Amino acid sequence: MGGMAGGIPIGSVLLVSGVLFAMGIVGVLIRRSALVIFMSIELMLNAANLAFVGSARALGSMDGQLFAFFVMTVAAAEAAVGLAIIIALFRRRRTTDVDQVNLLKW
Amino acid sequence: MIDLLWLIPVLPLLGFAVNGLIGARLPRSVVSAVACGSVALAFALSVACFLDLAALPEHHRVHAITVAEWIGPMNLGWSFLLDPLSSVMILIVTGVGLLIHIYSIGYMWDDDGYWRYFAYLNLFMAMMLTLVLGASLPLLFVGWEGVGLCSYLLIGYWYTKIDCADAGRKAFIVNRIGDASFILGMLLAWTTFGGTFDIAEILARAPERAAASPGTMTAIALLLFGGACGKSAQIPLFIWLPDAMAGPTPVSALIHAATMVTAGVYMVCRMAPLYVLAPGALEVVGVIGATTALAAAAIAMAQDDIKKVLAYSTISQLGYMFMAAGAGAFGAAIFHLTTHAFFKALLFLGSGAVIHALGGEQDMRAMGGLKARLPRTFWFFAAGWVAIAGVPLTSGFFSKDEILHRAWLQNPGLWLAGIVGALMTATYMTRLMGLTFWGRSRVPADKAHHIHEAPTSMAVALGVLAVLSLAGGFMGLPASWLGHPGLFEHWLAPVFEGPELVMTTGRVGPEGILMILSSLAAIGGIFLGLHLWVRRPDLPGRIAARMATLYRFVKGKLFVDELYELIALRPFYAACRAFARFDERAVDGTVNAVGMGMETSGHVLKLFHSGFVRSYALFYLVGAAAVVWYLVG
Repeated sequence: MGGMAGGIPIGSVLLVSGVLFAMGIVGVLIRRSALVIFMSIELMLNAANLAFVGSARALGSMDGQLFAFFVMTVAAAEAAVGLAIIIALFRRRRTTDVDQVNLLKW
Repeated sequence: MIDLLWLIPVLPLLGFAVNGLIGARLPRSVVSAVACGSVALAFALSVACFLDLAALPEHHRVHAITVAEWIGPMNLGWSFLLDPLSSVMILIVTGVGLLIHIYSIGYMWDDDGYWRYFAYLNLFMAMMLTLVLGASLPLLFVGWEGVGLCSYLLIGYWYTKIDCADAGRKAFIVNRIGDASFILGMLLAWTTFGGTFDIAEILARAPERAAASPGTMTAIALLLFGGACGKSAQIPLFIWLPDAMAGPTPVSALIHAATMVTAGVYMVCRMAPLYVLAPGALEVVGVIGATTALAAAAIAMAQDDIKKVLAYSTISQLGYMFMAAGAGAFGAAIFHLTTHAFFKALLFLGSGAVIHALGGEQDMRAMGGLKARLPRTFWFFAAGWVAIAGVPLTSGFFSKDEILHRAWLQNPGLWLAGIVGALMTATYMTRLMGLTFWGRSRVPADKAHHIHEAPTSMAVALGVLAVLSLAGGFMGLPASWLGHPGLFEHWLAPVFEGPELVMTTGRVGPEGILMILSSLAAIGGIFLGLHLWVRRPDLPGRIAARMATLYRFVKGKLFVDELYELIALRPFYAACRAFARFDERAVDGTVNAVGMGMETSGHVLKLFHSGFVRSYALFYLVGAAAVVWYLVG
């Protein structure tokens, strides 16, 4: 696919997007702080957004941009809920270390 | 009045409804009035119908009414049939039934379930009358099953005693075997006779069908007789009747002596035209009857329970009736049925009076010498004793003699069995008299002081039955004495003339000689009994010791119960256990294995559910990657 997105080759855009997404995954898997995990999730969402927007530009279609807006909306809602959970968690357990929050199991 | 025929079974049914629904709240006097009143009305109506029927010309004495439709597609209605045969039956059932109802007032007065007892008794009357009046096989079968149900309920009347409850179940189950045979016979008749259950139609079509397929006719006759074997306690299904004595004594008199157990005889006689078309089946009926008469009489010789002796005597007398039917003497069978209803009801009610006086004791070894203490009961009982023994001029003499005469004409072998049976009957009944009323008193001292005569209501019933037992035979005097058929024979002639002609073709036997022989058998039996159990009470024990094996065999009721235990119950229980094992291992095992599999897999899978969010994220990632791999690759 040799499409361009505003002067930048689409391959580069997707590469950056993929790298960001991979960083997000790694962040979620290896960090223990709930807040950092949360930020890593945001990173993955934005990586996806970048891929959407870049592809939209390259294909000359509005669909991707539309999706990016959806994702932002969801991410905003998620940020509100997620931060509220983290605050509630911290108030109760005095920690945001997810490895110390493992009561919900068999 | 004859069109009110349908009311005869309905009246006791109403009595049953009243006593069954609200009897518990009514005083005993009202319960008795409802129960006896409904039966008395039914009796009065039966007499009226009988008189109406008698007013008709001889060969038009058949009156059928259909009250309502029952099973439309089968063209089957609630149809009742009054002819000379069923008119005799309703008179016996309501007449003897009424006397036993009256007797029961005194006998059951102190029982807590007084209303329940009379409700069952009334239901029995309704069902028995349906049986004898039913114009179609299915309606007859409704009554047949209904009386079976009442028999079960009344045998197990004292249901808190395990023996009574067991006896009720035994009666019910053994009867089921016979009833299954009856149903098969009924269905075979339906297919054979072109889709009709109406008895008159079946009998009308029988000759032409018999010519085409005699085998089918024999099959129908034998299957129906199988039902009769169950209901009338014949070999091989007689084992329930002795146990049925666990019920109240008036029930034994009404259901297990006078009426219900004769239903099989009635049914065979009702189907007489069909039976004469199947001579093979009729022969089976005769042989089974004769065998039963002899075997049961032998067992009766060695029983100690007064009611058991009478029970085996009933089986034996029913055997006589079937022997008569088997010899083609259907009129004689019904005549013996009638006289037997009188004297056996009397004997049972008399034994009830004795049991009542002794506070529930039934073992004759704890009786003896009661004549002095219960003179009235003794004389009533003695009337039944001479009648069943066949002492000349009593009712039993005439009916038994008629049977023996006809048996001689048909097959001297049957006659021989009958005369030996008559001798044994006289002997064991004398033994019963000797052990109960004569000799030295063996009543325990604690019971001896409160021996008392039966209350009036019981004595009235006994008195009427005693008169009937002694004089009832005069309605059936032998033709050879009168020069023309006796009253009873003449009355039944329109029903049985055809079939009986086929059987005897007008043969006449040496009736005088036979009569003398059977009188000798009766009197000889009585003297033998008197000698053995009254004059030389030490002899029976010595004889029993001399013939120990035979005695044990007879005393143990020929070990028929044990035989059934061996050939039927043991394999049945073994099969039950096998099925139970299959149920426990295979069925339950499968279900339990599924449950355990679920549990085990749960235990394994729960290990993934560690509570660590990051491991969930990893699983999620692996899963997502797998999905992407699947979709893309």
